[in-house]
Amino acid sequence: MTETTIDRAATPRAADSTGMAYLATLPRRVVTIYTPLAVFMVVLLFPFYWMAVTTFKPNDELYNFKANNPFWIRSPTLANVEKLLFNTNYPEWLLNTMTVAIVATCLAIFASVLAAYAIQRLRFKGAQTIGLMIFLAYLVPPSILFIPLATMVYGMGLYDSNWALILTYPTFLIPFCTWLMMGYFKSIPYELEECALIDGATRLQILWRITLPLAVPGLISAGIFAFTLSWNEFIYALAFISSSENKTVPVGVLTQLVEGDVYHWGALMAGALFGSLPVAILYSFFVEYYVSSLTGAVKE
Amino acid sequence: MTTAAINRTGSLVRKPLVEFLDNRNVLSVLCMIPAAALLLTFLTYPLGLGVWLGFTDTKIGRAGLFIGLENYVSLFDDGVFWLVVFNTLLYTTVATVLKFGLGLYLALLLNNHLPFKAILRAIILLPWIVPTVLSAIAFWWIYDAQFSILSYMLEKMGLIDQYIDFLGKPNNARASLIAANVWRGIPFVAICLLAGLQTISPSLYEAAALDGATSWQRFRHVTVPMLMPILSIVLTFSVLFTFTDFQLIYAITRGGPVNSTHLMATLAFQRAIPGGQLGEGAAIATAMIPFLVAATLSSYFGLQRRKWQQGERDD
Repeated sequence: MTETTIDRAATPRAADSTGMAYLATLPRRVVTIYTPLAVFMVVLLFPFYWMAVTTFKPNDELYNFKANNPFWIRSPTLANVEKLLFNTNYPEWLLNTMTVAIVATCLAIFASVLAAYAIQRLRFKGAQTIGLMIFLAYLVPPSILFIPLATMVYGMGLYDSNWALILTYPTFLIPFCTWLMMGYFKSIPYELEECALIDGATRLQILWRITLPLAVPGLISAGIFAFTLSWNEFIYALAFISSSENKTVPVGVLTQLVEGDVYHWGALMAGALFGSLPVAILYSFFVEYYVSSLTGAVKE
Repeated sequence: MTTAAINRTGSLVRKPLVEFLDNRNVLSVLCMIPAAALLLTFLTYPLGLGVWLGFTDTKIGRAGLFIGLENYVSLFDDGVFWLVVFNTLLYTTVATVLKFGLGLYLALLLNNHLPFKAILRAIILLPWIVPTVLSAIAFWWIYDAQFSILSYMLEKMGLIDQYIDFLGKPNNARASLIAANVWRGIPFVAICLLAGLQTISPSLYEAAALDGATSWQRFRHVTVPMLMPILSIVLTFSVLFTFTDFQLIYAITRGGPVNSTHLMATLAFQRAIPGGQLGEGAAIATAMIPFLVAATLSSYFGLQRRKWQQGERDD
């Protein structure tokens, strides 16, 4: 693959405007395309709708389907949101998740850019093998690492602190980001770097002044992807953190909002909604980058 | 003389240290240090440590002694473990088949000429970017025994007489979890396959149509072979992450009712962290590795095939 990831996502769109689409008539398209697509959309989005509806419903409506139409809210209330924001540690969870996700992402991007540059551009002896090993590292799932990591984290005295997560999250971020950045660096012409070399730039100067500015879309893709992955991470945060105020949003919502057998569905849904919103908003700003990193990593 | 000449112009004076750092091999090593240090410490070492812990009787707060294969022998005689292996294989197989069937269908739909395509694509990825645990909580509520909206809808349509106990009966619970997993997995499969579909040149379809191929033949003999390389990679990732799934199960059923939805990852967690038997948990986690290796190898051969198909040399 010589094109860039962005190119790959963008070029085919020009091509699909041709083809044989004109052969299908409108009624036919409604039956074979639009209806199934609408069904998919409804099914994929319904849980979010239900989350939002439940969040703003008062309890008497929530548990009485006979007297109320369950799909609509008659008298919206902010009681559940208020409970979430002021009666739980939700703000602290949010702050923890932000801190961990941002620091882990920066750490991972820093390490990945250097590693990808070395593998792709400096082409040291064994670079190909290292590249393959990094790809293999991406295939090691957290589910088989969390037990030994828990003992390590405990031994290092990091148990129940943000550092436990900041240091362990890069294990699944670095392989992905490195792989993505390697694809980007590959797409940048060698000639630019050769020019800079002739002009007397050092290799680090080339990386900083020539290659990186050209790879900004790749950096954004990798950053967004790494951020959402860190935000969504669950098993490490569950295993390494014990006190409520140090938890991340996913773990906090699941473990702290359920009291015994009493499920406060309103508050739980509020937690789910407000835990999803930050990442959904961020995603909505960078959809194209996100899609290109997702598909680029798979196609590489 | 040339260096002196350059020196006189003043533009290219380099200190020996800079020269040393600019050496390709020195710089390579320096550049690899951060990534290598993090990955070796927090990935390679724990991977080995996990295998080692599987051979010990480590408990929380107490270092373990080497006990050989004892953990594995006791797991071999443990009915729950075999039930969990069965659950995991069932969950992975059914969820993967459904995800790929529906995901490929959605990708084919999206590959048509559609208005607002970019927005559609963005909306479709939502289930995948929202934290799994949080959407799992929404499913938990949707599957509630008393106030399930699904049961309500089915009852209104006259399809059922009484509310379905989604999470209370073993097979219902399994089906519910698979449905939630498929819901979350479809967008990933669909968007990746869509990217693959968009690289197929329309002229291939036109040529096939001119030769008299029906739409099924065009799908079978043009789309499928062209999509195969990316399909095999996405499949590997999907199988890998479904097999080691933890979040959905932990959030919705925690393995219940009576272990019928436990997967290997959740059982390992339950025995190791709340149960305190780190050694046994590590043994269960290690038992997943053979399956992961099989999945990885298929990915490797998928990559090989891709290069061959594109006429690139294997580098």
